[in-house]
Amino acid sequence: MNRLSLFLVASLIFGFVFLYAPIASVVVYSFNASRLVTVWAGFSLQWYGALFENEAIGRAARVSLQVALIAATGALGLGTLAAYGLVRYRRFAGRTLLAAMTTAPLVMPEIISGLSLLLLFVALEQATGWPQGRGIATIAIAHITLGIAFVAVIVEARLSAFDRSLEEAALDLGAGPVRVFLTITLPLIAPALAAGWLLAFTLSLDDLVIASFTAGPASTTLPMVIFSSVRLGVSPQINALATLILIVITVLVAGANRLLRVR
Amino acid sequence: MQIERLTKRFEPDAQPAVNNVSLAIDRQEFFALLGPSGCGKTTLLRLIAGFETADTGVIAIDGADMAGVPPYRRPVNIMFQNYALFPHMNVARNVGFGLRQERKPRGAVDARVVALLELVKMRALAARRPGQLSGGERQRVALARALAKEPKLLLLDEPLTALDRKLREEMRFELKHIHQRVGITFLMVTHDQEEAMSMASRLAVMNEGRIEQEGSPEHVYENPANRFVAGFLGAVNLFEGKVAGAEAGLLIVDSEAGRLAVAHSPLAAGTAVAVAIRPEKLRFMTARDTTTPNVLPGIVRTIAYRGEASTCQIELASGQLVRGTMSNGDGKAPVFLPGAALSLSFTPDAARLLQS
Repeated sequence: MNRLSLFLVASLIFGFVFLYAPIASVVVYSFNASRLVTVWAGFSLQWYGALFENEAIGRAARVSLQVALIAATGALGLGTLAAYGLVRYRRFAGRTLLAAMTTAPLVMPEIISGLSLLLLFVALEQATGWPQGRGIATIAIAHITLGIAFVAVIVEARLSAFDRSLEEAALDLGAGPVRVFLTITLPLIAPALAAGWLLAFTLSLDDLVIASFTAGPASTTLPMVIFSSVRLGVSPQINALATLILIVITVLVAGANRLLRVR
Repeated sequence: MQIERLTKRFEPDAQPAVNNVSLAIDRQEFFALLGPSGCGKTTLLRLIAGFETADTGVIAIDGADMAGVPPYRRPVNIMFQNYALFPHMNVARNVGFGLRQERKPRGAVDARVVALLELVKMRALAARRPGQLSGGERQRVALARALAKEPKLLLLDEPLTALDRKLREEMRFELKHIHQRVGITFLMVTHDQEEAMSMASRLAVMNEGRIEQEGSPEHVYENPANRFVAGFLGAVNLFEGKVAGAEAGLLIVDSEAGRLAVAHSPLAAGTAVAVAIRPEKLRFMTARDTTTPNVLPGIVRTIAYRGEASTCQIELASGQLVRGTMSNGDGKAPVFLPGAALSLSFTPDAARLLQS
């Protein structure tokens, strides 16, 4: 196949334009000098300046980062344990169920996850007094449940390809099980762990639906701020914010991909 | 090392992978466990290393019972078939891994690593990662790593299988040489009978979890205990028959290839036996020459030229195909071409009788 038909090339271009032209326009208009989103009035960085002076957005960014850090770390720990159990213990009661339930959040509609978690938190508060209202903690817990699935899938793939004889060789050479894990297993699956963490972080950072259900009045995340301000009309400030988020997420996802590719 | 009545089943009702095996290996021996794949030899090795637990039986090393001793406390090291080098460490760190676990001072570890790399001729590549090494180089590093802690017993799982033919033959000599220099007991597992015979001082042939025969390579080759051993260790021609009687100190067997005389202690007439004769012990004669005993007339069917000798398939009058070896050495022996009629013969003490 050395010549592409015109039709194929046209479809490809159309597809990419459809996918990326709106994103490109968001980025371009973030540098617009005009207040109107649809009229180009020259290059300017004023909206980025305004963005950094906007306290509501600054607060939301801090909330989002906190939530994402807690959620990614929690998901990494639990997801890794789940993956380890699934790969290393081939036979135990409920293994199939665990495997299915670990990966279910990948396909679960977010609206259902969000709603069910909201109901859970409300019921918990009535029954035990915790959590007192909703906030960073509840969003983080909700995002952990989402992130576990992604971490587990990535780490499971890595562990499945892991050569067990490396661990046996280390055991044979006199390293106890804990040392084997720390000196052999952990360094070799570290790229998958880092990639899993980055993906969980990214997911948490851009989630709107689940966060809306589980957030409290004082814990608005960035996507929630964007969503609510857009309803009042698109401001170029939001374009600037979206551009920044786009850059952060692109870097994180590219990093995760790179980690998974290098042996 | 002593193994007594060792049995291991992976499934409760399945055929045991290792079945009632007893074995004694002396200090500084080079012992080979030889068998086809799936015969349980690797399982036996893993039992000794401590990766598997036996159902019944005892493994003792230097008199110490190994039951319940985890792999990291056994005076045994193993060289894996795939070498299992740590990909995230360089050659020197791989070799020094075991020594670092003993928390030896750094200088001592480094000195020992250098000596080991010297021994396997890998000193120049100490800073390389395993991914940058060839198969033969990896094998040397794996060997050095397994020798580093001076184990009482070194286990080698198919040590040469992953190498190409020429390298394999060189490494045979080198492994033997290293064995002599380090004075450690070697226990090698292999499916390659030539490898086992050329390297080991003693070997055991395994099949279906059992040890079929044990002894020096010469003894087992020359006196196979049964049909499996005879066929697995080298090539063999078998003539099925029944004992007819004794005559002039020789046992006479009525076989499908005719009446054969074999040097053997007397057996009751009518006992079912097989006369086993190695290809290289069959003499090739022109068809007219029929003065010696045990003459088998036949026709040459195919000849496989192998350089120093040729392997021939000869069809006997009974229709049975027999394998013979024709030396290409001096150019004086008669040369037969496919289709030629000839007679094969063997002396009564060249053949063996197999009863099982």
